[in-house]
Amino acid sequence: MIDESSVEIDSLSHWYGKDSTRRQVLQSVSMKIEPGEVVLLTGPSGCGKTTLLTLIGTLRKIQEGHLSVFGEQLYGATRKTRQKIRKKIGMIFQGHNLLRCLTAEQNVQMGSDLLSDLSYKVRRDKAREWLRAVGLEHEMQKLPHDLSGGQKQRVAIARALAASPKLLLADEPTSALDSVTGREIVDLLKRLALEQACSVLMVTHDPRILDIADRIVKMEDGRLISSIE
Amino acid sequence: MNLNVWNTRKIPLSWLLLTRQPLRLFVAIAGICFAGILMFMQLGFRDGLFDTSVTVHKLFDADIVLISPRSKSSISMSGFPRRRLIQSMAHEDVIGTTPVNWTFVLWRNPKTLSTRSILALGFEPTDPLLTDKEFSSKAKSLTNPGRVLFDELSRDEFGPISKWFRQGRVVETEVAGKRVRVTGLVSLGPSFGADGNLITSRETFLKLLPNTPSGSIEIGLVRLRRDADSEKVAKSLQLSLPNDVKVLTTEEFIQFEKNYWRNSTSIGFIFTLGAAMGFVVGCVIVYQILYSDVSDHLAEYATLMAMGYQIRTLLGVVGREGILLSFMGYIPAYLSGQALYLLVRNSTKLPVVMTYQRASLVFSLILIMCMGSALVAMKRLVDADPAEIF
Ligand SMILES: Nc1ncnc2c1ncn2[C@@H]1O[C@H](COP(=O)(O)OP(=O)(O)OP(=O)(O)O)[C@@H](O)[C@H]1O
Ligand SMILES: [Mg+2]
Repeated sequence: MIDESSVEIDSLSHWYGKDSTRRQVLQSVSMKIEPGEVVLLTGPSGCGKTTLLTLIGTLRKIQEGHLSVFGEQLYGATRKTRQKIRKKIGMIFQGHNLLRCLTAEQNVQMGSDLLSDLSYKVRRDKAREWLRAVGLEHEMQKLPHDLSGGQKQRVAIARALAASPKLLLADEPTSALDSVTGREIVDLLKRLALEQACSVLMVTHDPRILDIADRIVKMEDGRLISSIE
Repeated sequence: MNLNVWNTRKIPLSWLLLTRQPLRLFVAIAGICFAGILMFMQLGFRDGLFDTSVTVHKLFDADIVLISPRSKSSISMSGFPRRRLIQSMAHEDVIGTTPVNWTFVLWRNPKTLSTRSILALGFEPTDPLLTDKEFSSKAKSLTNPGRVLFDELSRDEFGPISKWFRQGRVVETEVAGKRVRVTGLVSLGPSFGADGNLITSRETFLKLLPNTPSGSIEIGLVRLRRDADSEKVAKSLQLSLPNDVKVLTTEEFIQFEKNYWRNSTSIGFIFTLGAAMGFVVGCVIVYQILYSDVSDHLAEYATLMAMGYQIRTLLGVVGREGILLSFMGYIPAYLSGQALYLLVRNSTKLPVVMTYQRASLVFSLILIMCMGSALVAMKRLVDADPAEIF
């Protein structure tokens, strides 16, 4: 595991649409993410960042190329394998996608509930701990309906972290946050990466947080154009 | 183990999905409850009506009943030779028999003088007939010719017989055109076939109906030793007797009558149809609720899939919603059913009671209703595409 990359991508291409409307959005992308590494992905809107994230998150079928996560080849992987991998990946979506019928705490616990060998109490405490870490200790019993956009985004972040992921895929996690909170969240992610050897792949347009990256990857028209250490 | 279940429990998603939308939940429960009440009422009426078809059948002091194979029901009884009853005495377990004549005759209302068909039973007054202990003393009054016992539960159209009798008046009227005197009251109860009943001696019966072939009876009551197995004895009697009689246990005799009303009339069909409609209405409501629930939360289900929840777990969530709904709908339906049965019993004399079988039948139907709807709603869940929500 130590000498194995979290993510290995080799000439991955992806198309949307069929026949005449078929359009290539990823063109032979290759990259590697090591355990505990924080990688930022930037690029203009529509260049294929989210698509890349959904492919790594095993939410889409691989069409061409190689992609392995935690050493598991995703091309032609069964649903069972993909579901197992997903459990180890924390995802923070562009839309926060909280469960409307659950309180903030319960939403986060939906994440820690995936760790089924822990007892209920431990999982609940974990959920509370993460909510505290994202600064929502007073909002735990509120429904998403009663939270602000930024608070919802923080709940979503806590939910992703509560499942103790080994890889975190974050799609603009700071877009709805002010610079101070955004900074805190990003620092939290950075600390997590260091402490738990969790790799982070984060899409961002926010120039203020570029400094936390081990590496910044630029993307344009479905191609990785540069990789800055 | 118990502790383990407690420790491994998860967020009760099904419960929260249902209860965080109280209005929708209320509609669902009301719908299921309505369907359940409808089924309880229709099935209750049906069974209650069938029960009233055997009010008299249940009162006979008999373990085994002989009837003619040509008899179709209490309203069309055929005769068979009385000798068969004497022959059955040869069986070692038989300790007594009572030959009974059974037919409908016209009774003249002594007040309005109009006539109406009444069920007349004729027997030897010294023989046991009903299980009711007080009956044998009343039967003694029948030894004089022209005397009858009148069923005080008969419908009012037969005249104010019991009222007059209680007032001490001499109640006389015409039965089948012949003069009779009421010398006592019994409690049998009207049934589907008969609006009223009267009991008389065999001698009077033959006087009222001189065309009755001698030695012919409509039913034969057979009493057995206490430890005898009536089903076994019935089988062996059927084998030993000629096939101009049918040997039934008392229970079979009751079922024989009920089956007639169940199968040869549309009563059963009508009420079963009513119950089926309740079922269909319930299905539609639960399906609507569950389907829109899944549709509304599709993005959330997709999120859970993206987080690594198995589709099986999510199907389980919908399934549990179905189970929860069925319990939440059944309990009020059951309680209302009990209350309505009480109301019906008090106001119509129809013996409608909550039987364990009906209670579990309705529960099963509600469970099928909810789980079936959940299954269809689950199809929608499979459409949830986690890639769409990123
Ligand atoms: N489901 C889809 N079907 C067809 N085309 C799609 C689909 N999803 C995305 N696209 C197209 O693929 C291209 C890449 O989309 P993607 O969402 O990966 O961009 P992005 O880099 O995440 O942009 P943004 O920064 O605005 O989120 C876009 O041109 C988009 O229109
Ligand atoms: Mg995007």
